[in-house]
This record gives sequence, C-alpha cells and structure tokens, in this order.
Amino acid sequence: MRPLLSVENLSIGFGKGDAVVRDVSFDVNPGETLAIVGESGSGKTVTCRAVLRILPRTAQIRTGSVTLNTDDGVYDLTKLSERQLRDVRGNQVSMIFQEPMRSLSPLHRIGNQVSEVLWLHRGNSESEAKRLVLETFDRVGFPDPERAYRSYPFELSGGMRQRAMIAMAMVAKPDLLIADEPTTALDVTTQAQVLGLIKELQKETGMAMILVTHDLGVVANMAEKVVVMHKGRVMESGAAEPLLKSPAHPYTRQLFDAAPTIPANPKLAPPLPEEDLILEIKNVSKTYKMRAGSAWRPDVLIHACRGIDLNLPRGKTLAIVGESGSGKTTAARIALGAEPPDPGGEVWFRPDPAREPIAVHNMSRSVRTAFQREAQMVFQDPYSSLSPRMRILDTMTEPLEVHGIGTRAEQRDRATEMLKQVGLNPDMLKRFPHAFSGGQRQRLSIARAMMLDPRLIVCDEPTSALDVSVQEQILQLLEDIRDEMNLSYLFISHDLAVVARIADEVAVMRQGLVVEQAPPETLFYNPKHPYTKALIAAQPTPDIERPINLKLVAQGAGSPDSWPEAFRFSGEVIPSLIELEPGHKVRSHV
Amino acid sequence: MSILRYTIFRFGTMLLTLWAVSALVFLIINLPPGDYLSNQIAELRASGQSAGVAKAEFLRKEYALDRALWEQYMIWIGFLPGPHGFSGLVQGNFGWSFEFDRPVRDIVGDSLWLTVLVNVAAIIFVYAVALPLGVIAAAKSRTWIDYTSAFVGYLGLATPNFLLALILYYYGRKYLNIPIGGLMDPIFEGQPLSWEKIKSISVHMIVPTIVIGTAGASAMMQRLRANMLDELGKPYVETAIAKGMSPSRMLAKYPLRVAFNPFVADIGNLLPSMVSGSVLVSVVMGLQTIGPTLLTALKTQDQFLSGFVLMFVALLTLIGTMISDILLVLLDPRIRYEGRES
Repeated sequence: MRPLLSVENLSIGFGKGDAVVRDVSFDVNPGETLAIVGESGSGKTVTCRAVLRILPRTAQIRTGSVTLNTDDGVYDLTKLSERQLRDVRGNQVSMIFQEPMRSLSPLHRIGNQVSEVLWLHRGNSESEAKRLVLETFDRVGFPDPERAYRSYPFELSGGMRQRAMIAMAMVAKPDLLIADEPTTALDVTTQAQVLGLIKELQKETGMAMILVTHDLGVVANMAEKVVVMHKGRVMESGAAEPLLKSPAHPYTRQLFDAAPTIPANPKLAPPLPEEDLILEIKNVSKTYKMRAGSAWRPDVLIHACRGIDLNLPRGKTLAIVGESGSGKTTAARIALGAEPPDPGGEVWFRPDPAREPIAVHNMSRSVRTAFQREAQMVFQDPYSSLSPRMRILDTMTEPLEVHGIGTRAEQRDRATEMLKQVGLNPDMLKRFPHAFSGGQRQRLSIARAMMLDPRLIVCDEPTSALDVSVQEQILQLLEDIRDEMNLSYLFISHDLAVVARIADEVAVMRQGLVVEQAPPETLFYNPKHPYTKALIAAQPTPDIERPINLKLVAQGAGSPDSWPEAFRFSGEVIPSLIELEPGHKVRSHV
Repeated sequence: MSILRYTIFRFGTMLLTLWAVSALVFLIINLPPGDYLSNQIAELRASGQSAGVAKAEFLRKEYALDRALWEQYMIWIGFLPGPHGFSGLVQGNFGWSFEFDRPVRDIVGDSLWLTVLVNVAAIIFVYAVALPLGVIAAAKSRTWIDYTSAFVGYLGLATPNFLLALILYYYGRKYLNIPIGGLMDPIFEGQPLSWEKIKSISVHMIVPTIVIGTAGASAMMQRLRANMLDELGKPYVETAIAKGMSPSRMLAKYPLRVAFNPFVADIGNLLPSMVSGSVLVSVVMGLQTIGPTLLTALKTQDQFLSGFVLMFVALLTLIGTMISDILLVLLDPRIRYEGRES
C-alpha cells in the first residue's frame, strides 16, 4: 500500500537564518493517525503547516518533498502552484487550529463559514450546502444544528467552537486532517470529548490524521504512529505502542518523566491538620449582576462562588481545581482581598500564629498595605505579567519601593538574592523580559512575588502556559521554595495531574460550588462525585493501557441536572457538603 | 435590541445632544465681552452719529439683547416668546444677521446644501480612494506597491490644500477645460434647480472634492493598511486560507470586514473636520460653502449668524455619528447582540 502522504527530507527556514526544520521524513497511511510530539520551538507546527504551505511569508521550504497520493492522482504539494494548491486545501487535506476562540471570523455566522468550503470545492448551491452542513453539525454533536448554523462564534463555548471547526474540516470529506494542537485551549473534560469525537469520525470516514501536540497523554489516546521532534529534528519515530511503552531516545524519555500524571495506584491519605491555619475562607459567596440588554428584562445574577469554606494550614498547599467559569479564580481574588465577598463571607489571614488575624474581607487602607506584604501572587501568563518596558531589576525592586523598604543598594542585593533563589543568574538584572524564555519569565515572576518575603502565595495556573519539561522545573522550584521558607500556597489550576504533584489538599469546583474536597491521594483513590470522576477520567495519561474513559467523562461533565440523583442540583436545591471520611468531603444528598 | 428600536433610541439621544450643544454654542458665542450691537453703538457714539445709535438701540430691543442671557437663549431656541412671540430655531426662524443686515436664512441660503454636497462628495472620494489602496498596500506589504502608495499618500498629506487647489485648477483648465473657482457658473446663482445647473455644479465640484478629500484619504489609507496588517496575522485568516479560498476573496470577506469597523465609526468625525478644515480652501477656491460665512460671523460677533452656522455643523456631525452608529450595529453582530444572553 502506498502511503497517503509522505514527507521526505523536509527542511524549512525563515529568511536567511538557519533551518528551523531539518531533514524531517514521515509517512501517513490512509485512515491512520500520526502524532507529531514536541515542545515549543521543536518545529512541529511549522512542519504540519508546510504540508499545505500555510506558512509565514518569510518562511521557505528549502529541500524535500511532500507527496500526496489520492484517488485523483499523485502530487508533490511543494511543487504545486498556489492555484492548484487551493483545490487541495479544505478539500483533500483540511486543517484544525489551536485556538477555537480566534480561528473563526467573529463577524460571520458559523453556517456561512462552514458552508463556504462546499461552495468553494463542490460548487454546491446554498440550500444543498446547508443540508450537508446541518448533517455534519448533527454528527459533530450540536444539539440544535439549525441554531448553530445561525449562530455567531461568540455565542458558542470553546468546545462548541472547536466542534464547528471540526465540522468545517470534515464537511468536504477530506482524505487527511491536520490538527494543530486542537484541544490545548480547551478544558480537560471538553478535550476528552473532542478527542473522542475526532476518533469516532475518523473510524466512520476512514480519514487519516496528523495530530500535532505537546501532550504525550493525548498521543497515547489517539495515535498509531508517533514522530518526536526536538529543535527541528526528528528524535524518534515509529509505531505508537512500542515507542510509548519503551522510548528509546533519551529526549523522549525526558518528556515522559516530565509529564505530570495521576498516580496509577493511589492510597488513602491522612487528613490535613486543622490547627494553625494561615488562611481561613468562611462561607464566601460572590454574585455578579449582569445587566440585561433591555430595560424591561431583569438583570441576570451570576453566582461565581457559592458558600465556599476552605482552610489552608501553614506550610501547606491548597489547590482549587475546576474548568473555566467554575469560580476558582474568583475565589482566589477574594482570598487576596482583590474583591470583597458578598456580605456574610469572611476571609481570615494569620501571617503569624501569635498575632491577631487580618480580616481580608474588610480591610482598611493601612491594613491592606500590610496584608500585601504578606500575600503575593504568581500569574498565569509570564509573557504579559512582566512589563516589557522595565528592566528586570526595576520590576523586581518595585514592590520594595512601593512599600518603602530598604535603600537602593539593599533592594538590589535582595533582587540578586532572589534571582539566585529561583535559579537565574544575577547578571540578568539589567535585561528586559523579551530576552527570557517562558520558563525563565515564570521564574522571574516567582522571584518578584518573593521580594517582600510573603507568607502566602496565590499561584494562578502558573504552569499552564509552559512546556511540560519547563512545567516540571517550575513545580519543583515552587515546592523547594515552599519547604525552605515555610510558605503556604493557594494553587489554582484546571489540571488535576499538576495538582496531584504539588497539593496537600484539593477542592474541586463546579459552577461556583466546591463539589468534592480531599487530599489528592484520597481523591484519586476514592473519587465520589461524578464531576471529580469525570475530571480524573478525562485526564490523558501517557500510558497506552489507561485510555480516557469517555463514559465516565460524559456522566460527570454534563450539566449538574444530568448527574445521578444523589448529586443533582435542581434549581435552588443544592445538596450540602458532607464528610465521608476524615478529610474527605463531597456534595451530595445523604 | 432590534435595529428599529435602536434607531429610535439613537435619534432621541441625538436630539438631546443637539439641545446641549445649542446651550454650549450660545454660551461660547456670548463669552467675549459685548455683542455686535453694543460694539456698534460704542463706535457710533464715538463718531457722534446719534441717529444710528437710536436704530441700534431699537434693534437691541427688537432682538431681546437687553434681556438676561438665559432669556436670550430661550428666545433664540424658541422655547420662550420674544418681542414677536415664539420665533426661534425650533419654529424655523434662524434670526437676523447684523453684519449683513439681512435674515440669516437669506445669507446661508444655497450654501447650506452646497456645503453638504461638497463634503459628502469629499467623503465618498476619501472612501473610494482609501479603501482599495489601503487593502492593496496591506496585502502587498513591504513590496514596491506598498512603498509607492505610502509615498503618494504622504505626498497627499504633506501638500497644503490651497496649493494643490491652484495646481489642479491650472492644469485642469489647461488640459481638460475645467472651470476655475466657485461651485457653479455665476449665471445659475439664485436660479431654481435645472438640468443645466446640475451639470454646471458637477463639473465645478471635481477639483474641490479632490482637494478637500486628498489629505483625509491618505490618512485613512495608512490607518486601513495598519488595521489590515493586524487582522492578516489573526488565526481566522489562516482558517480561510486552509479552506482553499483565493487571496482576493479571502481578503474582502474576512480581514476587510473586521478592519472596516473603525472607518465606519469615522464617518461622524469626518464631517466636522471637513467643514472646518475646508474654510481656507473654500476662500481660495471661491466656494459658496458655509465655512467662510462662519469665519466672518465669528470675527464680527454676529451672534445669530454664527450661532446658526455652528448649530448646522453640529447637526451634521450628530447625523454623521448616528449614521455610523447604526451602520456599526448592522455590520458587527458583536455590537448587535451585546447583553443578549447566549
């Protein structure tokens, strides 16, 4: 059998610079899934885009060929004219991109954007195209295809937009689908469902796929063949099963070691101590009012947080886990005093066990200033949380200046010390942030948060923008600093596997409520709540023997009124959080 | 919110804004000490012409200039009865020009709609030139096409308008027999509209339209180019290419639609800047637009004339912004569905 697509000795470079992709070769057979795995800068995205020549203008394909072998004939895609290539794009080979939020035009209806493929390649009439598109929408899981057809992208959730993108890529029944990190921007349960959908569609249509990803877990769940790339070269390639079971190349092994996993054989963990709490969140709710579009309709109330009770013992890490919109970030903001809770909620902070606690929910100006010295934050995106116009030194000493601590020389010494602490070279103080990689920037953010010698650090998804190997290093750093300086962390994340490694206690949130709470080991050993089960089941693990259990995901990830009766929320009737065993609480009736 | 409801709502706010503007206009005109008549009275007294003084005093009474400022304002608008009953802007009486000694309505006359005509033509010229050039410059960025259009654009920005006017008149006359000055042949002035008059106006409008529009067009072209370049980097453009669209169709359907919003929003701002910016050009080219009249009226503190002209410009601006707001709502679903629950 001849391969559907074969890439041979492909090299790509930008401008006059060195090649960023060198000598890459692989084959994709009909109906097969090939995964290209690598970290940022590995050249995986450029490689997959080179197939359809959707490259930045300065990029050139320097050597090599991309041969597509379909029923219509055999072409070298690198040799086709732009016009001939247009007939291949979207027709025989289609693409799905990473960001469903931005990959659809905001000003055109979904139906129009998807039908366009058929207008272009099949010359279908508008009504004929609509019929086919509605069929595809139904197939990709839109509950109401007609409505989806009329919708604009901003009216749909991220998962639904990615389904629309899949529909767009599938509607012309291509032979090959190129998916560039198709689920990276999605919540883990949505990711599981979208991956399941792609797999199912593939089985149905016999379409082949090139899946570009950084996540070995996704690879283990999807791929038959794997290409591991690093710095523009193929490190290792071959059939998925042997490669994933016993990686031969040291780089692949390194990727495996760095990938956070949910422990395979968890045990019951002892509950956390209840005394000496550094942070105590009591009955915190937060309601936002969204103004209705017209004066005649009532405003819509959004319950971002509902009756949250959480305790953080000194020196420990409390993680809040949930999907986007679950209220985890709101909870963190309230814990930091950035927003007041609804009346009745209380947040108590004890920087020093001997002193009176600070009432974070109700601080005066001077108390707030004192509080800010003790509680700091590390942000999610290291690219936008450092001012690009300030030298590292100024960024680092700014907190000290704000609080009027120390002379200039002392501030400088402190900055030097902190840089060393996070594993950076003090020579870097004079540089600007653009000179640093993502991981280095996140180290800088941590160093900045440490400048005031705080007791509590709130980490808002500190590793979600980073590569797996860098993520591993940052988590290690956070752990080391915590143990060395007796810090306490409030850790916000959507990723249970990351949390599994760093947290002492996990609170799972959904729709503003804590649905289950326990030490991570206990949670994995004995998950009770359907949503927790779904989160655990949806987590892709780089172990080919532990595939995603889509049934469990579907049960728990749906809306709370589809949960089993014991856990269901119906209207305002919400079950209360009950203690199953010491330190393990779940929200259920009885 | 339905488009119709929004239009009605927007019209209501426009009327309210116009009212607020009228108060401001009146206040600002009356800020400098004295008024046209008291200046004249002082002048006449100084030269000993007491007959004139009596007439001026009479006019002061006649136009209620002896009353309190807020009363004058209400009479001018037509909310309070003046010496001759309710007779203000609302009732369609635009007042009396002291400088020209004629009703304001007679002085502005034709120049009102000629102003609108010239400026609308200039705006159409701006869009007609800036749109294609801006899009091409962005699509072919960093090529000779881009550099040439940028060069021509900067030339347009940098050339003084009146100089451009003189050059165009000279060569237009020499090669194309285009008439010089004015907006119509003098024989049609004050005549009712006829086919011949329309023809005369169209020919006369060519040069003024180009002159007034050039600077705006080159500025808009540069901004459209920058906006388009931003949009061209967005992922949805890649999606469109991956579908197999041709570049020209893709450009027009996706990035241009998104990049176009600020230009629709600009319609409202273009109008007043063209009216006030074209005063000098109008003087040089002898255009019967309202700009030169406004200048004279402001210099001589001819309060009813300048008040009326300013109100007229304000009205144009407000209509312009209303049009662009309604167009934006039609063009951009994100604005249309704001606040609608999904």
